[in-house]
Amino acid sequence: MTKLSPSELQEIAKKVRRDIVEMIYKAGSGHPGGSLSSVEIMVALYFGIMEDADHFFLSNGHVCPALYAVMAEKGLIDKNLLSTYTEIGSTLQGHPERTKLKGIENTSGPLGLGLAQAAGYAAIKKDTFVFCETSDAEHDEGNHWEAVMFAAKYKLNNLIQIIDRNRIQIEGTVEEIMPLGNLIGRYKSFNWNVIEIDGHNFNEIFEAVERAKKEIKYPTVIVANTVFGRNVSFMEGNPNWHAKAPNELEYKKAMEELK
Amino acid sequence: MKSTRDGFGEALVELGSTNPDVVVLTADLADSTRVKDFADKFPDRFFQVGVAEQGLVTIAAGMAEAGKIPFTTSYAVFSPGRTWEQIKVTAALNDVPVKIVGAHAGFGASMYGATHESLEDIALMRIIPNMIVVSPCDYEEAKKATVAVANNGKPSYIRLARQDSPILTKPDGKFGIGKANILYEGKNPQVVIVGTGPVLSEALEAARELEENGIGAIVINLHTIKPIDEQTLVHWAKIAGAVVTVEEHQIMGGMGSAVAEVLSRNFPVPMEFIGVKDLFGESSRDYNELWKKFGLKKENIIEAVKKVITRKNI
Repeated sequence: MTKLSPSELQEIAKKVRRDIVEMIYKAGSGHPGGSLSSVEIMVALYFGIMEDADHFFLSNGHVCPALYAVMAEKGLIDKNLLSTYTEIGSTLQGHPERTKLKGIENTSGPLGLGLAQAAGYAAIKKDTFVFCETSDAEHDEGNHWEAVMFAAKYKLNNLIQIIDRNRIQIEGTVEEIMPLGNLIGRYKSFNWNVIEIDGHNFNEIFEAVERAKKEIKYPTVIVANTVFGRNVSFMEGNPNWHAKAPNELEYKKAMEELK
Repeated sequence: MKSTRDGFGEALVELGSTNPDVVVLTADLADSTRVKDFADKFPDRFFQVGVAEQGLVTIAAGMAEAGKIPFTTSYAVFSPGRTWEQIKVTAALNDVPVKIVGAHAGFGASMYGATHESLEDIALMRIIPNMIVVSPCDYEEAKKATVAVANNGKPSYIRLARQDSPILTKPDGKFGIGKANILYEGKNPQVVIVGTGPVLSEALEAARELEENGIGAIVINLHTIKPIDEQTLVHWAKIAGAVVTVEEHQIMGGMGSAVAEVLSRNFPVPMEFIGVKDLFGESSRDYNELWKKFGLKKENIIEAVKKVITRKNI
């Protein structure tokens, strides 16, 4: 894969953020906060990490505007499709569907289910790397922890989970709604290889994935600390923007900030 | 125009004042399931369990065993969707009064697509022994259903819609769990239209238009799907001789199936079913577009009525 420079990647990330805001504004619904926080993770995966044989499972499917926009930038889907997000008949569903859009590995949206599917895939396809983005809040779900145990038991060193650790969920901060405690310590106690990074720093994402690929015994979790609503000042860290479309004024302000 | 979830939320606040045993649990959806007012007013009786539906229901079952009347709220796709076995065992088989409140049922979460559209929950709940299944058709009925369910001492499911919908019933109208209401009584009825939930507004419009064209219709509001009101269904089936059922749900296993089970045993008549025909939902910016696409509109009901009447003579 041709390596892009950090400034080139940042340029792509900026375009993706503009696409996200525009899609959600046009649709009148969507999840801007988590979409904006996961941009660098997905740009890094699609533009600097994943080889043809690799796979990406998105567990927190509500951030699909980020995935759709990254796929469009990458040329995997037609860019004109983006404006049809959530429209009746569109392949870009409000939550991504495997049978509707080529390139989507798993239908998702209901939380806590993605890591298990990624783990199942990784257990069979040992010769490929399987990446899975999850959210911190979906760690509330029991199903997620069942997969955490399975992946460690079967030593799925080809499974690389990246947690978009934006610390916000629907009704408040993760600390308020359901504290996750020592998340890193919890993964360590489950026998996972744990790496903590700044989830908006491309070099840190690349380095972490390189280390994960060298892990010979255990699955890896990369805890990517991110900012909810990243780069739109009035969305940053504000739970009100979990599932809300900007109005016209907010849209214009956001696009101005993302120039 | 008001939503059934608003009726539920308002009734719950009143219940909070009158019944100290009522407690509320939610899985990170207090605002959109309309229990935020209860949470603000009665913080000691409100529990935020996080995005953990399986825990939501089972924790509530423990509270019910301890003497409380817990209302658990999430979207219907998640609970009872994800929580089916937990409900079967810890609420129904245990026989404790856990209240499962499934919001955004039907196509209400249209913008979020198939993963968030609940078209199976009636079937899931009515198949469990000991469960009460209530599907209010409007804001007023949702208020009454909430109070009735709080006081029934049984594991119960309340199905709620997201969208604002027409008020079809009166604030002082009768409501009893298991007792169907007649929403419209046309002259010389040739068909019974049995509906449940806000889509009854389409049934009502269909009945009025049919009446103008000389076809009398009865519209039954089957707000309680379990226990089902056999007496009312059989009574009107005998008079009209044909039935069309209308629901925002899969046809398989839903309210129409429940009606068919009753009539085939007691008084078989030709039936047609308006509902989702074994398909997944999809995204739309407007739920009404999905009602059109999946055939839940007045026009579809009228067509089904005409068809079922011709089948009487075969």
